[in-house]
Amino acid sequence: MLNLAAVSAGYGGFQALFEVSLEVKAGESVAVIGPNGAGKTTLLRVISKLIDARSGEISMEGRPLENVPSYEVIGYGIAHVPENRRLFAKLSVEDNLRMGAFIPAARAKYAERLEFVYSLFPRMRERRHQIAGTLSGGEQQMCAIGRALMSGPKLLLLDEPSAGLAPVVVQSIFELVRRICKEGYTVLIVEQNIRQVLKVVHRAYLLETGRIRLSGTSAELLDSDLIKKAYLGL
Amino acid sequence: MEFFDIFLLEAVINGLLLGGVLALLALGLNLIFGVIDVVWICYAELVMIGMYAVYYTHNVFGWPLWLAMLVAILSVAALGAVLHQFVIRPVLAAEPINQLLVTGGVLFFLQAAATLVFGVEFRNIGVSLPALQFGGMYLSFARLIAFLVALGGMVGVYLFLTRTYVGTAIRAISQDRAIMPLMGVNANRIFVITSALGGGLAGLAACLLVLQYDIHPAIGLTFGPITFIIVVLGGLGNMLGGFIAAFIFAQFISVGGYVLHIEWGYVLAFLFFIAMMFWRPQGILGGK
Repeated sequence: MLNLAAVSAGYGGFQALFEVSLEVKAGESVAVIGPNGAGKTTLLRVISKLIDARSGEISMEGRPLENVPSYEVIGYGIAHVPENRRLFAKLSVEDNLRMGAFIPAARAKYAERLEFVYSLFPRMRERRHQIAGTLSGGEQQMCAIGRALMSGPKLLLLDEPSAGLAPVVVQSIFELVRRICKEGYTVLIVEQNIRQVLKVVHRAYLLETGRIRLSGTSAELLDSDLIKKAYLGL
Repeated sequence: MEFFDIFLLEAVINGLLLGGVLALLALGLNLIFGVIDVVWICYAELVMIGMYAVYYTHNVFGWPLWLAMLVAILSVAALGAVLHQFVIRPVLAAEPINQLLVTGGVLFFLQAAATLVFGVEFRNIGVSLPALQFGGMYLSFARLIAFLVALGGMVGVYLFLTRTYVGTAIRAISQDRAIMPLMGVNANRIFVITSALGGGLAGLAACLLVLQYDIHPAIGLTFGPITFIIVVLGGLGNMLGGFIAAFIFAQFISVGGYVLHIEWGYVLAFLFFIAMMFWRPQGILGGK
């Protein structure tokens, strides 16, 4: 579904990604794991065209994303839940969800998808008139994921959904991710919380200082000496 | 002076009617500032252009007044969009003071261009509406219409902002411009729409003011400073604050003008503004 071939990217004089190649197949959930500053967020930003790749190719279902402006990427079926959720803090939950359905193709299905998001997150229905900035961290993450689902994406990009949340809440967020995968969405998730995320996804890539260091199924990665020593402290 | 003074009541009602139009002007300026973060110092000059548009289409070309007004609103809306695309957009990333200076430049450009094209003579569309007599008070029908239409316009803007996708995007973009592309929103398109809406409100105000005032190239100076002060008084970018401030300011002008003398109304209003700047510099409802 999503293909990256030798993608390099950076900011000014700083190069964040070095010839990264990865693939996400339809129906799969894939994680990109790695330490802080490895380039994980940059990777998602390149896919969403928030920054341009310096070289390499990105394609969605065989259609290249080169020369596609950032605001049209969502039309290719890619929805991005950004780092720190980035809700519209002064708007209500429902207005945030409405923004997720902004593109014309999504507007026609607004009522249907709103019902779906509310059935997935009953808490959001209870809080639909609440100002998003007053939600708890976990609720904000639900709202941000719900907002992304409103566009009816094929591929969901999740940037550190567990970041900044209390340990108890982190558990429930990964449970949420598991449910979303079960609903049939293809998911590319970026995480620092390696142990937890590997329990949820099918496959993963290890990104270190902008380079793919390792890739394989979750079981393979959990079993690798590199991951065990450097990241799981075993 | 009796406790119940019919003329005082008349002044209060007139202040209320004036407040409606001032609130409409403040709404346009607030909308632009709240969303794009740029103050259009030249806002009242757009109103001036709108007044000339009504005059030329109605009195010179002989179009019916409703059509002339519709054309005026649409022209000023288009002017607002052009102003954004060619003047504001290139300086969006510039220092606020430079943005202010650029729109200040547009103010004098529009004034000078209007003088060149339309001349300095005062013009009037020659539509005089009757004064209404109501329980011993005289109220200007033109002011009453202006008040009602201004209120209607504001309700329309409110519904647009709260009930439509583009309106929701306009409210959202002022909070987080950078992630709008992830919603599939072309930020510049929203800015142009907002500018056209702000321009359209200036055009609507022009249609209401042209019923009460003569038109000349410097007419913008009659409303520009007051509008700006009301917007600051309400809290820059705070639409509800601007609405409230417009009515407070109008009462100072109207009641102050009645109790003392007409010029005193303005003196009191501006004194009130200065005092408020010491007491609440962020504005009545402002946070920014």
